[in-house]
Amino acid sequence: MTAIADPPTEPGLRPSVGPAAVPSAGPAVVRPAPGPAADEGLARRLKALACTAPLHDLDNRKVNLAGEYGGYAMAEVGLAAIDLVTLNMDFDTGADREIVLARLLPRVAAQAAGRPAAEHERVARWVLESLINVGSVDRGFRAVYGTFGADGEYVRRDYDFKLIEEVPGPDGGVYLRTTDEAVNVLVGALDTDVTSAQIAAEVKLEVLIRRGRLADAQLAAEQARYRTVQFAETLRRALDATRRNVRAVDWMRAIPDLIEEALDHIADRYRHENAILTNIRKARDEAEDPEHKRRAAELVDIVKDCIRRHTQLQTRLLEAGPLFRAEQDRQAFATPGARSGIDLYGQLLAPVLRLPVEQAVRPTDAFFARGAGLRTPASVRVADLVDLLLTPPVEREHLGAELPDPDLVATPDDSRFSEAQLEAALVLLDLPPDAPRRLSGLLADARKQDPDLPYLVALLAVHAASPPVGTAYRQGEERLLFAVDDGTPLRDREFGGADLIVGSALLDAVGMAADRKDAG
Amino acid sequence: MTTHHDASWATETEPAAPAPITPADVADAARLVSFGLQAKLLPARDVEYAELVRRHREDPPFARLADAIATGMGLVVLEVSPRAGMAVAAAEDSLFAVRMGDYSRRAASESTDRFLHGLAHLAVAAMAFPRPEDLADDTYLGRITVNGVDAFVRQACRRLEEQADAEGANTDPQSDAPGLEAAWRVWARRTATGATKDARRLSGSTIGIVAKAVLFLVDSGFLQKVSDDSGGTYRTTARYQLQVRDLAGSAAMAELLDLGVVPVSDGTASLLPPDTSDELVADAGLPFHSL
Repeated sequence: MTAIADPPTEPGLRPSVGPAAVPSAGPAVVRPAPGPAADEGLARRLKALACTAPLHDLDNRKVNLAGEYGGYAMAEVGLAAIDLVTLNMDFDTGADREIVLARLLPRVAAQAAGRPAAEHERVARWVLESLINVGSVDRGFRAVYGTFGADGEYVRRDYDFKLIEEVPGPDGGVYLRTTDEAVNVLVGALDTDVTSAQIAAEVKLEVLIRRGRLADAQLAAEQARYRTVQFAETLRRALDATRRNVRAVDWMRAIPDLIEEALDHIADRYRHENAILTNIRKARDEAEDPEHKRRAAELVDIVKDCIRRHTQLQTRLLEAGPLFRAEQDRQAFATPGARSGIDLYGQLLAPVLRLPVEQAVRPTDAFFARGAGLRTPASVRVADLVDLLLTPPVEREHLGAELPDPDLVATPDDSRFSEAQLEAALVLLDLPPDAPRRLSGLLADARKQDPDLPYLVALLAVHAASPPVGTAYRQGEERLLFAVDDGTPLRDREFGGADLIVGSALLDAVGMAADRKDAG
Repeated sequence: MTTHHDASWATETEPAAPAPITPADVADAARLVSFGLQAKLLPARDVEYAELVRRHREDPPFARLADAIATGMGLVVLEVSPRAGMAVAAAEDSLFAVRMGDYSRRAASESTDRFLHGLAHLAVAAMAFPRPEDLADDTYLGRITVNGVDAFVRQACRRLEEQADAEGANTDPQSDAPGLEAAWRVWARRTATGATKDARRLSGSTIGIVAKAVLFLVDSGFLQKVSDDSGGTYRTTARYQLQVRDLAGSAAMAELLDLGVVPVSDGTASLLPPDTSDELVADAGLPFHSL
């Protein structure tokens, strides 16, 4: 849709391009690289190397900090920080900065146990901020590398990258996300296909567990989890773009494929991970060696986390279809206008983004000048000036306006039954598990104590007709009141209906607890 | 007696004769222009404003007078209507025009920041009016969020990056010629947001830059805040649509043409080329392909 003419070359801007830039060795200048492919490979490796530079830099720069920081292994803390951010990244938001810092602290503290806690915290914060590169305006890093151009001249280029980036959260807060570069530094597997790497990690994991090599298995499981996070990240971006603009995303081919692939992936992972989980649980319960046991327990946690992440991913995938339809309804089926306007994206924004920045600034300047609106200039009078100069500066309110204390009114106690009555009713209904009773008998007993009590007993019995089994299961209760209707009508002067059989059922609290633990 | 009779007869048969302009008319016309300068004021909210707008539409000499006053003050009249009021924009070099240097001190010195601030305004408009018809349809209300605008530009940058990768082009700029860096990279490499000591937005981040643009547009009467969701949710006003359609869009387009870039459009949205060559599975909900 957009045709871009050749940008006018401006020789004045490229002083180094030309004979002057070639080293002055005369006509015998030889390209050291045998071909553009080798040159490209070198550039790629230089970039990979550059990604690790901020980590090395941490240890080099620690001497500049005021105080004794020699005892800290900063690169280790840095890698651990990238690790923590990656694992704490959620589908929607990034990792919470405070959580990452809190989990980083034990490692920092272990490195210099004798130092004060405030210093540990300072180190953790410094490392995290260094990895974000808070001082720079881009909050990123830049490395310079050289390549040979098509006509053989040597060109220095800037490579910009980030390790940890700050992203907005739905609550308006700032969260952390690791970039692809950082995951590459961390995992060491550069530019691998996400799915194939996942499959490889899985197979390895199963084999390792079967052989009882738990230390290696843990490593493999952790790698599998990084892949999972990467996969979710790819999907998140695609869904995010869809929410903004249906046409910005290829819903004809790319997204359906992606969704299908992801659903297959989840179905597959579910089976695998549950199998793995059963295996490790067995390994955990049968292991005698405490170290072995601990590792197996850690593995269980990792695999459980993987399953949790898959569930989250699946929820998003199920929402994708309705989201697309709603957006399409909103955008595509609106009645087209009679006049045609400018296509701001296709005709302005996209071409501008393609231009070199020194040219792109002209259209954006023009747009700003005509599109920002007008301001009525303030005219200054001497009388106002005096007032302005004498007005004390307004202090910024950090806390906002004071909240008025709410007036609390004591609500009257309008309970139908007293505490003592409830007590009495519960005593009546505290039946032995092997001897259920008829409601009619219970009502008669209650009536002997208190004329009001039968109402409460009847109420509790009716409730017991639909016992809260789920709640009892979750809370691990040992007994449960139930009521069954066997068709016998109730003959009573105050109540009608069925003469329920009321009894207590004993629950297997220990067994349920074990079930719950495994299911969670 | 006779002369008086003649005079009244003359006014009855020649209604086209213009009534002389009185100082009161000039005051009313100037009052209308001053209402127009208060961009957030709408005729629906002010009886006097509504009455003057009505008079502008029904009384051509008064309309000419008001337009002349606006032009003399360095304003361009975009529309006078009950929905937008007297929508005026600052002409070039007018007293009312906003200069980039006054808008952001950093943008005055740094060319990349200058570009980012300008692009933020362009992106807000592109997100508010995603299709050409949205810009043309007078009843269309655009809706934007601050975080959404940033994500929208980042998505566009990512597509360009993928395109460049697919073509095998090296987009890393030359160290000695930063001006030749592709514009999308400048936005992409700037941080989206950042933590600050006082929990305010980081002004140099792209979200901070978009937020500044949006707040400025609110003050210009171009956007209205809806909620705080996603960094602030806003909807457009009729004035913004007029401003973008009749002034800003064409001004930026003229610059692009001047640079030798010729954007061609057939009037449809160009975010994705349509592809209807394949058969779709009926009732699948999503456009899944038949196997």
